[in-house]
Amino acid sequence: MNINQSISASHKKIYTGNWFNALSYLILFIGAFLVALPFFWMLSTSLKEPANIFAFPPQWFPAPITFGNYYEAITVLPFARFLLNTILVAIFIMIGQILSCTLGAFAFARLKFPGSDLIFSMYLSTLMVPEIVRIIPNFILIKSFNWIDTYKALIVPNLFGTAFGTFLLRQFFFTIPEELIEAAKLDGYCVLRIIFKIIMPLSKPALTSLGIYVLVQVWNDFMWPLTVINSTEMKTLAIGLTSFQGLVVNNWGVIMAGAVYTMVPMVLVFLFAQKYFIEGMTMTGLK
Amino acid sequence: MKVQYNKHETLSAYLLLSPVMVGFLVFGLLPIIASLLLSFTKWDLFSAPQWIGITNFVEIFRDKLVWLSLWNTIFFVLLNVPLGGVIIPLTLAILVNQKIKGVNFFRTIYFLPAITLSVSAGFVWSWMYNPEFGIINYIFSLLHLPAQRWLLSPKIALISLIIVNIWKWAGYNMIIFLAALKGIPNNYYEAARIDGANSWQIFKKITLPMLLPTIFFVVVISVIGSFQFFDLVYIMTQGGPGDATMVYNLYIYQNAFKFSRMGYAAALAWVLFVLIFFITLTQMKLSKERISYEY
Repeated sequence: MNINQSISASHKKIYTGNWFNALSYLILFIGAFLVALPFFWMLSTSLKEPANIFAFPPQWFPAPITFGNYYEAITVLPFARFLLNTILVAIFIMIGQILSCTLGAFAFARLKFPGSDLIFSMYLSTLMVPEIVRIIPNFILIKSFNWIDTYKALIVPNLFGTAFGTFLLRQFFFTIPEELIEAAKLDGYCVLRIIFKIIMPLSKPALTSLGIYVLVQVWNDFMWPLTVINSTEMKTLAIGLTSFQGLVVNNWGVIMAGAVYTMVPMVLVFLFAQKYFIEGMTMTGLK
Repeated sequence: MKVQYNKHETLSAYLLLSPVMVGFLVFGLLPIIASLLLSFTKWDLFSAPQWIGITNFVEIFRDKLVWLSLWNTIFFVLLNVPLGGVIIPLTLAILVNQKIKGVNFFRTIYFLPAITLSVSAGFVWSWMYNPEFGIINYIFSLLHLPAQRWLLSPKIALISLIIVNIWKWAGYNMIIFLAALKGIPNNYYEAARIDGANSWQIFKKITLPMLLPTIFFVVVISVIGSFQFFDLVYIMTQGGPGDATMVYNLYIYQNAFKFSRMGYAAALAWVLFVLIFFITLTQMKLSKERISYEY
């Protein structure tokens, strides 16, 4: 029903009747209410006084508003440190992955060498391997290096690029005209100079997409940090809040304040770079 | 015809590939092989690993929790993939693809859960699901619906988790569908309209077929992801109440890092790998028969 109505709406006005516009809006608003409710409730609870949190019927809007939960949350957990850890790890991994994937993708896209197809398909097939299959031996490896609870444990295994990133850039590099590369070769450019001076500047959209994709991956990564990080001050934001378990049982005001803290950085990044996010997502999502 | 390789070019290719290949070999291929070897051992990380042949795999067949967690996982996949992967995201994508006011606002709202950390999402939903003081039961009471025990009820705990998971990822998939919708050439629609097709026919004969590759892509990715469902269940229920939300990936994780049964966990992980491999292969085969990728 609504599908066929909206189709006609989206592609020139066959039925511009008000009733189906109204129906679209109705569904959109109900959807928005359901999606936004947890965010609203997170914020509302975080601003309530402890006594009002368990009020029944619940208060929709906090009255009076208090910031006490926000003060308490940072005395219980070092959120600034979590953020710092996350940023540090993310920067290293982003630089590492973008460089490795660019170099690798250029070789796969533009150079002829024995085993090219075989290596590429083997590399790509690792995408199907569940994370847990690699986590168990990687944990043992990291432990034998004595890297548990260090930045190295978080950064090094993710530094060398991914099959997905290499694939994404390879597809993009195919679209760069061969003549540009030939001309550069005639000018005596070496491979690295071609990559850094010609390919990379031309690939800004693809590199931005990859950068955002990597950022979101690192930001959300849960299982690996959970496995290799024990101490609270080494945690990233993605696992930082797990320390609340046991520390502030049922103190939902403080927990929700903590949740708001973890949301702020990415929401800000998202609002400022929304265009790149959507472009990056469509690019990474479709290939 | 034999391809001639330029020595210099081959050398530079291998040099350029060395960073990704180090990552691939050391943190990709090596662990996969190590996992396979581990799966034939008994190892608690403290004493030396013991080679025990196929004992772990025999135990997997006898382990009731394996079957239960596998069933829970399949239940999760069967609800999550159609609803959270295709139906809801596609409906939303079609709605926000209209030229009406405020679509950007809705797109942003729908996308927000995707950049919300699982921990934060898990905590806020646990609080909303609270049977006594939770906002959801309060809203239910306003609508004259019976109160539920949500995460505390063995019957609906898993469904409660699926709802959270759909909430978290529907907007992400919506964006993928939105891009695909925008990629359909407008003259297809114009031609159909000139031929007098109605909206339903246009959806069935143009939009849906054109979207099939994207639907297929989303389904494959969602199936692989759903079989590895972990973050929310780890945060919200740890498999409980009882074993009502014990999913396969959580069971592997607990065996490895809670019970220190590295060998058994590796065997379980390899079974998951093989399972995902064959399911994905089957999907690819089916899609080759049904979907034509030519636009």
